[in-house]
Amino acid sequence: MKQALAKYFRDKDIQQLIGKQLRIGVIVSSIIVFIGGVIYLVRHGHEHPSYGDFTGVREGLANLPGIWQGVMENKGMNIIQLGIVLLIATPIIRIAFSVIAFLIEKDYLYVGITLLVLGIILFSMLGGLAG
Amino acid sequence: MTILLFTLILLGGAFLAGLLGSLTGLGGGVVIIPLLTLVFHTDIRYAIGTALVASIATSSGSAAAYVKEGITNIRLGMFLEIATTTGAVVGALIAVYMPTNIVAIIFGLVLIFSSVMSFRKKMEFPAGHSDSKAAEQLRLNGTYPSDGEMVNYKVHHVPGGYFMMTFAGIMSGLLGIGSGALKVMAMDNIMRIPFKVSTTTSNFMIGVTAAASAVVYLQRGYISPGLCMPVVLGVLAGAFAGSRLLTRANVKGLRIVFSVVIGLLALQMIYNGITGKL
Repeated sequence: MKQALAKYFRDKDIQQLIGKQLRIGVIVSSIIVFIGGVIYLVRHGHEHPSYGDFTGVREGLANLPGIWQGVMENKGMNIIQLGIVLLIATPIIRIAFSVIAFLIEKDYLYVGITLLVLGIILFSMLGGLAG
Repeated sequence: MTILLFTLILLGGAFLAGLLGSLTGLGGGVVIIPLLTLVFHTDIRYAIGTALVASIATSSGSAAAYVKEGITNIRLGMFLEIATTTGAVVGALIAVYMPTNIVAIIFGLVLIFSSVMSFRKKMEFPAGHSDSKAAEQLRLNGTYPSDGEMVNYKVHHVPGGYFMMTFAGIMSGLLGIGSGALKVMAMDNIMRIPFKVSTTTSNFMIGVTAAASAVVYLQRGYISPGLCMPVVLGVLAGAFAGSRLLTRANVKGLRIVFSVVIGLLALQMIYNGITGKL
């Protein structure tokens, strides 16, 4: 019983931490998206949208170096995209967090499972699947 | 229409989607794709990229609250994420070779399934005992707080649930949705988990599943900042407002109306897919 109780509390600490990280990730990325959105609308608000035909996003918005370069030049679109990338990264960072959490718990089975999930996502990111 | 007006209307639409999605439990992402394609005549590939990002936003936002309450079964979620992320990568790969009108038809079918699922009677299985060795070995059995007490539950049919989750992942990667309905079905009906746990755990998994295919779609140019900005901000604000209202609203009537709307949107998507308009 004592052991079960201790386990419950350890789990709970980790859950608090994961909850906090998810919340911060969402808030920070929304703020960045909002700032980028204001800049984008002030500069391009009067233009006409064209999403009817698929051409893909313009050069520099589909990879990290390109996005970052535009952010340095204060481009609204790129700042929005930076926020979006952070949002996509939020659950991925959560997994990295969980690896550490399971390590602290000495739950090596779940360290392995979590690393496997992380590996699948990294493969998806770097495996040249974009085609 | 100027970009400013377009953005404001989309922001309003996304707010409504997030609000209704969180009030009815159907998720905000399901209406984003029909909204963008049918109302704003956006190419379905941009719509898929946008909806994926929106589902990451709502999933992470609400998972934060549930995880804190200790209802989410993190081990179960993590284990099943192997299935959903593998599926999501496969789905994102298939998407390149699949004509967009077929994607629209499949999307419509999944949408109808989701809205029908929201009406089904929720069955609670007795806690009983499970002879699932896999659940024991993987330490999937858990407890959750209910009325100040910890309730024990056992996980059944792990391989069946895993298989269904892979399918849910493929749909998520192909269509850009969280496919929460499929995930909940795998956990409720196959693995027999209490629905309080299955809903929150499914929600916890949606963000990771969507991220696995979003990294592919980002590189493919499907994720457009001009669309994502109003949709993400609108859906998040709507979902937040919805979670505040949830205790007061009469959800039952709302769910019927929303499900009918979703059903009609789904039929329109299927029709446009068959006639090749999408």
